[in-house]
Amino acid sequence: MTPSESNSTDGVPMNPTPPSASSPHASRLVHFDDTQPPPDADCVLSSRIRLARNLLGFHFVNKASPPMLADVVHRVQSARFSGPFAGGVRWVNVQATAPADRLLLFERNLISRPFVEAQHPRGVAISSDESASVMVNEEDHLRLQMLAPGLQLVALAERMFALDAELEHSLEFAFHPRFGYLTACPTNVGTGIRVSAMLHLPALRMLEELDKVQRAAKDLHLAVRGFHGEGTDALGDFFQVSNQVTLGRSEIDIVAEFNGVIVPRFIAYERAARTALLERDAEALDDRIYRALGILRTCRLLTLDEAIKFLSRLRLGAATGRLTEVPLTLIDRLLLEVQPAHLSRTTGCELGADRAARAEFVRRSLR
Amino acid sequence: MQRLCDCCSNPATVHETLVENGVKTEVHLCAEHAVERGLIVPGPHGPALVVAKLLQGQLSAQQPARRAVKTCPTCGSSMQSIREAGLAGCPLCYRHFEEELGALINRAQGGATVHVGRHPAHAAELVDRAALRNKLARELREAVSREEYERAAKIRDRLQALGGQVSDAFAEPDACGAEEGGTSP
Repeated sequence: MTPSESNSTDGVPMNPTPPSASSPHASRLVHFDDTQPPPDADCVLSSRIRLARNLLGFHFVNKASPPMLADVVHRVQSARFSGPFAGGVRWVNVQATAPADRLLLFERNLISRPFVEAQHPRGVAISSDESASVMVNEEDHLRLQMLAPGLQLVALAERMFALDAELEHSLEFAFHPRFGYLTACPTNVGTGIRVSAMLHLPALRMLEELDKVQRAAKDLHLAVRGFHGEGTDALGDFFQVSNQVTLGRSEIDIVAEFNGVIVPRFIAYERAARTALLERDAEALDDRIYRALGILRTCRLLTLDEAIKFLSRLRLGAATGRLTEVPLTLIDRLLLEVQPAHLSRTTGCELGADRAARAEFVRRSLR
Repeated sequence: MQRLCDCCSNPATVHETLVENGVKTEVHLCAEHAVERGLIVPGPHGPALVVAKLLQGQLSAQQPARRAVKTCPTCGSSMQSIREAGLAGCPLCYRHFEEELGALINRAQGGATVHVGRHPAHAAELVDRAALRNKLARELREAVSREEYERAAKIRDRLQALGGQVSDAFAEPDACGAEEGGTSP
């Protein structure tokens, strides 16, 4: 769509309505087939593809002056967006957005942590279904991102390449025949692609076999990160794995291997660990799952870490069929909605002083 | 082969070689950029080397030598600042520090040296030229290894006409096949 058709909210805070189930972690966000659950949702919370692009003729963000950065924002806003943005482009002027709303965008995985805290001119374009976003002036001029629940990297890649090709009609990307797409960080050059999957590995942790994941990640040159990606800690058995090699292999090869070989290997480890736990002592596993349910249904104070930890156990129960009264989709929605900015928006509680509000919110949701 | 200016695509007419602590650094500039960098001055009979440069040997005997830091002419970044920040300053840093960044990237990328995959339409010609250069470089290595020197000379001339370095043909044998296997969007 052209910029004139977009429902731009430049400088205006985010949608004031409370967050709905349409989150990157919820199963209704990007349903390529709405009648089926997302593929491999038992072990994969979400898939993400990111492309880094920079404009020719501009300094990278770390060296550019504020007027130059504002010019970059203007140029990208004037570009034609397509694919997931066909239903509308929502522009958010992040610099002029309230901190709580920036945090909300971060919790929804639409922007990164550094983007929340930066001071320079920057913005983000968000598709109406929140499956796609384009951060302007993060580390690179453009960070294109596609998100989907479960393991759907190949479908995401097709949409991503279509968007990249469309943007290229309006924007001249910096490229070098040897180094490929040029990025501010020299280790991201080449394809500029980062493919990642948010894995849920509770059984491997219970069996103390996470070193298996670490070893495999090292062998395969993968990065293992926390709940919100780079620079964040693992919470409640959730780990983000992503490729590190971006040069010397085509995007298609990287995505195909990640989707068809790498992630399935981690899924196989986790499923084997779940089977082993059940064979070893199903009653003990049930006890851990139902104790978590009991705590979440009765507690009066609940920290974020505790919430994620116990929701992770419920998720294991729902994914293995040991817990049937709480659907996986509700658990995934709660994983998002118990986070501080979402909780503050939903319940009106103060950011950071939310233990009681979180406990009440979870109790009500699991009644 | 005519060397090109480090800062633009004009032929380089001023060449500076600095050897410091056993490390040789070369700078090749066109007259315009040499004036900009203070290596020459526009004199009455055309550009001339600045006196300080001509007298460098004598001057250095009287005062401690200042380390000449190579910087990107577009954004002012040096390799040291890029290493410290972990970030380049602009797209042209990759051209200006191609050798240094190439070594750094090679280590970070597990040995990969050449891009394979999508490219913007505006770079199609560049990509094609690079692929052809790599193909010729491979043929040159083959010809030399078979001692077919006449054929090697012809290939060398074609390679140089494309702006390729003959020495590169022997420096990066892995780069060739990789680039040819690339896919276009």
